[in-house]
Amino acid sequence: MFFHAGNENQRPLSPSPVLELSNVSKRFSKRLDAVEKFARRLGADVPEHTVHAVDRVSFGVARGEVVGLVGESGCGKSTLGRLACGLIEPSEGQVLYKGQRPAGTQRPQMIFQDPFASLNPRMRVEEIIGEAPVVHGFVSRSELKNYVSEMLEQVGLDPSYRRRYPHQFSGGQRARIGIARALAVKPDFLVCDEAVAALDVSIQAQVLNLFMDLRENLGLTYLFISHDLGVVRHLAQRVVVMYLGRVVESAPAAELFAAPNHPYTRALLAEVPRLERKRREFAPIKGEIPSPLAPPAGCHFHPRCPHATERCAREAPVLREIAPGRLSACHLNG
Amino acid sequence: MKEFLSNRIAATGLAMLMVVIAIALFAPWISPQNPYDLGKLDLMDSRLEPGGKYLLGTDGQGRDMLSAIFYGLRVSLLVGAASGVIALTLGGLLGVLAAYVGGRFESILMRIVDIQLGFPAILVALILIAVLGKGVDKIIFALVCVQWAYYARTARSAALVERGKEYMEAARGLGLSRTRIVLKHLLPNASPPLIVVGTVQVAHAIALEATLSFLGLGLPATEPSLGLLIANGYEYLLSGKYWISMYPGVALLLTILAINLVGDQLRDQLNPRLSRA
Amino acid sequence: MLEIENLVTEFATRDGIARAVNDVSFELKPKEILGVVGESGSGKSVLGYSMIGLVDPPGRVVSGSVRFEGRELIGLPEEEMRALRGKRIAMIFQDPMMTLNPVLSIETQMVETVFAHESFDRAKARKICLENLELVGIASPERRLKQYPHEFSGGMRQRVAIAIALLHRPALIIADEPTTALDVTVQGQILYEMQRLVRETGAALVWITHDLSVVAGFADSVAVMYAGRIVENGRTEDVLHSPRHPYTRSLLDSVPANNIGQVRLRQIPGMTPSLARLPAGCSFRERCGHADAQCSSMPEMKTSVRCHHPLC
Repeated sequence: MFFHAGNENQRPLSPSPVLELSNVSKRFSKRLDAVEKFARRLGADVPEHTVHAVDRVSFGVARGEVVGLVGESGCGKSTLGRLACGLIEPSEGQVLYKGQRPAGTQRPQMIFQDPFASLNPRMRVEEIIGEAPVVHGFVSRSELKNYVSEMLEQVGLDPSYRRRYPHQFSGGQRARIGIARALAVKPDFLVCDEAVAALDVSIQAQVLNLFMDLRENLGLTYLFISHDLGVVRHLAQRVVVMYLGRVVESAPAAELFAAPNHPYTRALLAEVPRLERKRREFAPIKGEIPSPLAPPAGCHFHPRCPHATERCAREAPVLREIAPGRLSACHLNG
Repeated sequence: MKEFLSNRIAATGLAMLMVVIAIALFAPWISPQNPYDLGKLDLMDSRLEPGGKYLLGTDGQGRDMLSAIFYGLRVSLLVGAASGVIALTLGGLLGVLAAYVGGRFESILMRIVDIQLGFPAILVALILIAVLGKGVDKIIFALVCVQWAYYARTARSAALVERGKEYMEAARGLGLSRTRIVLKHLLPNASPPLIVVGTVQVAHAIALEATLSFLGLGLPATEPSLGLLIANGYEYLLSGKYWISMYPGVALLLTILAINLVGDQLRDQLNPRLSRA
Repeated sequence: MLEIENLVTEFATRDGIARAVNDVSFELKPKEILGVVGESGSGKSVLGYSMIGLVDPPGRVVSGSVRFEGRELIGLPEEEMRALRGKRIAMIFQDPMMTLNPVLSIETQMVETVFAHESFDRAKARKICLENLELVGIASPERRLKQYPHEFSGGMRQRVAIAIALLHRPALIIADEPTTALDVTVQGQILYEMQRLVRETGAALVWITHDLSVVAGFADSVAVMYAGRIVENGRTEDVLHSPRHPYTRSLLDSVPANNIGQVRLRQIPGMTPSLARLPAGCSFRERCGHADAQCSSMPEMKTSVRCHHPLC
């Protein structure tokens, strides 16, 4: 972990982050069709639908670190993961992986959520895992069989499964095949997008343990995207919380869970169902997440925030350092 | 395959289709007569009733109807299948490409498809044939022109669904080339609905070719397809010489029925929502 | 109010007969919340469907009894069952669109539901609908009533589905993973509302979920299902804090939230067995660390646990 007390470097980013996002924004707009364009030309008020999926986000991930990225639906966490892997280009800002734009095999590999949709149903396991390494010349065709077996063993699958198709596997096994596919191109960095969300609790534990083992054996860095705070709390050293496209808080995991600063983080933590909870009344947070198409002005959270003031509705708070290594975007911090 | 045969109707359709294809393939060997060889025809035998020397009777030139139907099937199936395969390849590739590339290419291509599908197929085919003239190659060309758009539209919508799936993102994340992603990942997964459309379209093509030939615009009279055979007997229908038109008509009907039965079953089977997990 | 005894539901599959619900018994009192917890394939959803006669072929309830308000539901004619469903027993699904029709306004759907079992005039029916929307915490119900399902967010749709389920003040509500697809803050709100509704309407609630932590602080009692059977059943605090069945123990140990900070999670070896090919004896025996020769016979349900060697 690179956040030390009294860190002289006041910047939240690590001195040499392996992945660095600076001021990254991603907008998705629904392009107007011909009729709408024509209507517009005639002076009709046809709005262009633009979603700020990610709104001026900056943060870095240091080598070997495990960063958890949490938030609810529509907060832009999955978009951020895809930006980090270079699967989509930012509308503004810059994504750097080892100082360069992520491309080719020089990029983080993504582990996907859906164990059913993330494997090509018409390919055998051997081809799913072996395709990219052969194309990129990591292994020759003759070595492929051994290489695939090695990858399968690494994720705890029997190498004799090589010739099977994805539909012959259970959800947990497919998740492992997806991980083996990513590992086959020798990445240093994995972006896990809700990678265990679709799995049963006991299978989830197996896959989470696998991630930990791989980290130890291969020295991997992780960006772990999840809506499940329990999973993030278990794995991550640092946690970044997003709400409607913006980062609202970033802190070392232990500190964030012990003393959340941002009212949204606090609300989120309060809602997480916990086993140790004794029977008590839930005190739910007000309202629902607004549509990302029309986020509230000022602080996006103000309509739901119990402490909101008039200023919160007017002015968006900036992400500021509130303690060494801790950032929060809230006017309450003065 | 096992599943396919478990449906009795589909199995019947498949069997019928096999017979039709076999007849078309082996027509020269199983026909009692070569209907194209004018020297073998005997005008004295013209318009004989079914039974007797000629099982299904003869037409105006004294041609054995059975042989004529066998050879006609050959022509009809060839035209249907060839135009189907070419249109499928062309339309499928364009559609998948449109879905993958998107942008202007997609909008222009899909507008062309819309315009194409806006005109009745028979009208477009008639105009093309009128311009191009007769001949097997020309009718195949005309049929490809009226059919590719169906394949392009189907391929595009299937590919759009597949493109949104995570394995496509994974392929991009692994740094694979665009060509590779389209050919190895997108195309194979977008093709099942194309095959279904294909069977239906082949049946359409055969019917369309028969219509054109019936109108005298399709194939030259020296190589009569089923449509032309029907047309030849048309004028005798009212004089009670039904067999000249009817038997080729029945052959056409059975062929199209067989293809559609197989196509229906394929559609049910290739639809993942209907298939058993 | 609800007594289930030795309920068995079977499915004919390619691999043979699968007992999705196997010898399940429990009781439920008014105002009680029972959490039914299990992983996929444990039979928890089928249990819910079996209770209200919604098991579709190839599945069928083979034996056992479901007594509800003194009436035996198994073998009840479909006609009477339908009169009961929606009126005295309501079901809430994971996907609210199972309940809602996308092309009808909320008003039409709710009023129709009122008319299905009551013969009020339209104005009164409408008033009931408004009251119910308010009850589940939907603001400005007058305006919302005129809208269509697509105008609602996922959480709001689920609230509408709950409002519809509550229209006839059912005595029993069966909820199958109703918050699984929702965000945590919305889930929190719905759990809160449900607790309040149960208290206010006096209904009993069966809450089917895969998530042990949802049940904590919410349900009065918990039934843990494994391979079609209830393996442990008891007061929520007891089951979650001092589990007696090895499966419950392992399940709790594999929840990441219970294992803070980079320790290895305890994992259950192997996979959930196929219901059609269960091992003889205790179904969990092959994955259990405590199994011995005795476990090759099926343990009885004794003092709320089905195990030869319960933990203490």
